Amino acid sequence: MTDTRTPSTSATLSTGVSRRTLLKGTAAVAGAAVGSGAITGFPTIWAQNIKNVTLRQFGTGVSNLNAVADKVKEDLGFTLQMTALDSDAVTQRAVTQPKSYDIADIEYWIGKKVFPAGVMQPMDVKKIKNFDKIVPIFITGKLTPESAIAQGTAPHTVGFVEGKDSTKFAKAPTEWMTLIPTIYNADTLGIRPDLVGRPISSWKDLLDPAFKGKASLLNIPSIGIMDAAMVCEAMGEVKYGDKGNMTKEEIDKTLKIMTDAKKAGQFRAFWKTFDESVNLMSSGEVIIQSMWSPAVAAVRSKGIQCVYQPLKEGYRAWGGGLGIAKHLSGLELDAAYEYINWYLSGWVGAYLNRQGYYSAVLDTAKQHMSPEEWAFWMEGQPAKADILSPEGKVMEKAGAVRDGGSFQDRMGRVACWNAVMDEDRYMVRKWNEFIAA
Amino acid sequence: MTLTAETSRPSVTAAAGRVRRRRLLPRVAPYLQAAPLTVMLLLFLLVPILTIVVVSFWDYDSVRFYPDFVLTNYTELLTSPVTWKTYLNTLKYAALTWAITLGIGFTVAYFLAFHVRSTTWQMVLFLVCTIPFWTSNIIRMISWIPFLGRNGLLNSGLISAGIIDQPLEFLLFSDFSVVLAFVHLYALFMVVPIFNSMMRIDRALIEAARDGGASAAQTLWNVILPLTKPGIAIGSIFVVTLVMGDFITVRLMSGGQSASIGLMIANEISLLQYPAAAANAVVLLAVVLIMVVAMLRIVDIRKEL
Repeated sequence: MTDTRTPSTSATLSTGVSRRTLLKGTAAVAGAAVGSGAITGFPTIWAQNIKNVTLRQFGTGVSNLNAVADKVKEDLGFTLQMTALDSDAVTQRAVTQPKSYDIADIEYWIGKKVFPAGVMQPMDVKKIKNFDKIVPIFITGKLTPESAIAQGTAPHTVGFVEGKDSTKFAKAPTEWMTLIPTIYNADTLGIRPDLVGRPISSWKDLLDPAFKGKASLLNIPSIGIMDAAMVCEAMGEVKYGDKGNMTKEEIDKTLKIMTDAKKAGQFRAFWKTFDESVNLMSSGEVIIQSMWSPAVAAVRSKGIQCVYQPLKEGYRAWGGGLGIAKHLSGLELDAAYEYINWYLSGWVGAYLNRQGYYSAVLDTAKQHMSPEEWAFWMEGQPAKADILSPEGKVMEKAGAVRDGGSFQDRMGRVACWNAVMDEDRYMVRKWNEFIAA
Repeated sequence: MTLTAETSRPSVTAAAGRVRRRRLLPRVAPYLQAAPLTVMLLLFLLVPILTIVVVSFWDYDSVRFYPDFVLTNYTELLTSPVTWKTYLNTLKYAALTWAITLGIGFTVAYFLAFHVRSTTWQMVLFLVCTIPFWTSNIIRMISWIPFLGRNGLLNSGLISAGIIDQPLEFLLFSDFSVVLAFVHLYALFMVVPIFNSMMRIDRALIEAARDGGASAAQTLWNVILPLTKPGIAIGSIFVVTLVMGDFITVRLMSGGQSASIGLMIANEISLLQYPAAAANAVVLLAVVLIMVVAMLRIVDIRKEL
């Protein structure tokens, strides 16, 4: 890694180097990289003006990390500007202001809404170096050849389009990928083990009258409805054809149950942002709620017990990826591919894995993690040493085990993906009724 | 308006006395003077509102909207029981907030205007009233949350004082906390105009009332209250329009469990349902305008100013 990076950095920095020496340098580096079997030599574009390129990326907060932008500048030489917004705002901006960004970092269900609007261009998989190593969930929908495909907007169903200029999602993998997966995770309920007073094992525990006035649900309709569906299914009250694409009748039944619970005072609050969920949990206003993994970590870092409880019905998963805006071309487009290839090359993957998310290409991420880290985060083994966050803070003491266990255990038990439904408009109207009830 | 009239009149006579060709200017001058404001209002008020009205008739799906002329946005809005419930809820907040801020505003203004004798102290105390408003209103709102929470300052204080044994749940994430935050945020908008009206009351009138044998209560009811009506009306317009259009206070203080019209619009916008949001905004605008007109019918601000 250092071998290949040193010449590249000096090359992009020294403007006086002739093109010839540069090319020679490239060839040598590329040769060395291929020779050593580690194709991590970045940048691979050697144009002098690449450092004048600025790519504007926007997306949800989870993966818009300044550390990534800094590392891009260091490794690739160009500037990456990041804007973090909430998922509703991301969808809105992606569709209505397509010129305001170059790279969209969006979730797959957002992609399902955004891509048909024709504001993005699919990516040529031939130009994606680690394409073959991407976790198969994003290609075929199956983690292992035996696993079942989860319900909802499974990433592979919106991962490809039929052709370069098509906005129609392909049924099977093609050469044109809509989003390059970057980050994903399996979500479940967060609990305060010190306050719930009994083991929690099922989604239906959210509506247990014992937790009256102490439960919470997230108020982002497209995600909240899934958590609600997991609950209703676990209660045995509603049977779903596809929780990610409910019929009107299923929506009505689900929200009837939730409305009754709300009227009975089951919920303390509904949350919409990350910090709200953290505050509700750490203040003890709420002891069981839908939650996101880093929010659990944030509560724990305050010294308050909080568990990301695995449940027998499985997880609700989500995944995000990088997409390229339609207007991008020429050098900027090359830079975008460069960035995406770099993204999958391991450094970011390790960074995300250390935050408790998962990265799309596991092999490369593994090379950037210590064996202890890999064993803790990915294999579900007890930590042999203190586990540090990417910023160097102690996240887990030695001996701790990750909630939910290994990658296979967690991603292999996905019941449903975050989704947009055909009856989206109806669902949102009903959801608003539920909130107003 | 009086200003333009005064300034243009001398120029009329001056110009008429001189060259005939320049007679046009004086006639145009008032229009020119009014032009900047007119342009501003056209650009930043009328055009956006018209755009909203136009968009409210468009059709949409989950990603885009299509120029069209459909009434579905309005029929869906007006036939949905949620809309009515939400309007009722918002009106309830508006009425409660109005009544409480009026009570507080009138009392505070009365104290400042009639009990505090020295002008210096009046000004000092008035400034004290405004100090909380130097911070952001989001901060003022959020700071209630740790105070009112289940394990918050108030509950733990009451429990350790032995007054209650169970934390009071209604304090936070309820209608109570919403109205409390509204009152806290908007009371000043009531104090200022009422105080202003009270300061304009001729003190001789009060003396006359007392000389005529009126009790303090009679003076308050028959002299001071009628004369502060314009202030009350202006304050009411502020408070009612602010509460009717609010969304963030309701969301934060009710824990996302109550709805207001502003919140409904915000939800629709966030889901890209701009035409539906526009229709909702048009209806809200109409309702608020009707309320303001009704208030102005009761109190003629212009006559009594």
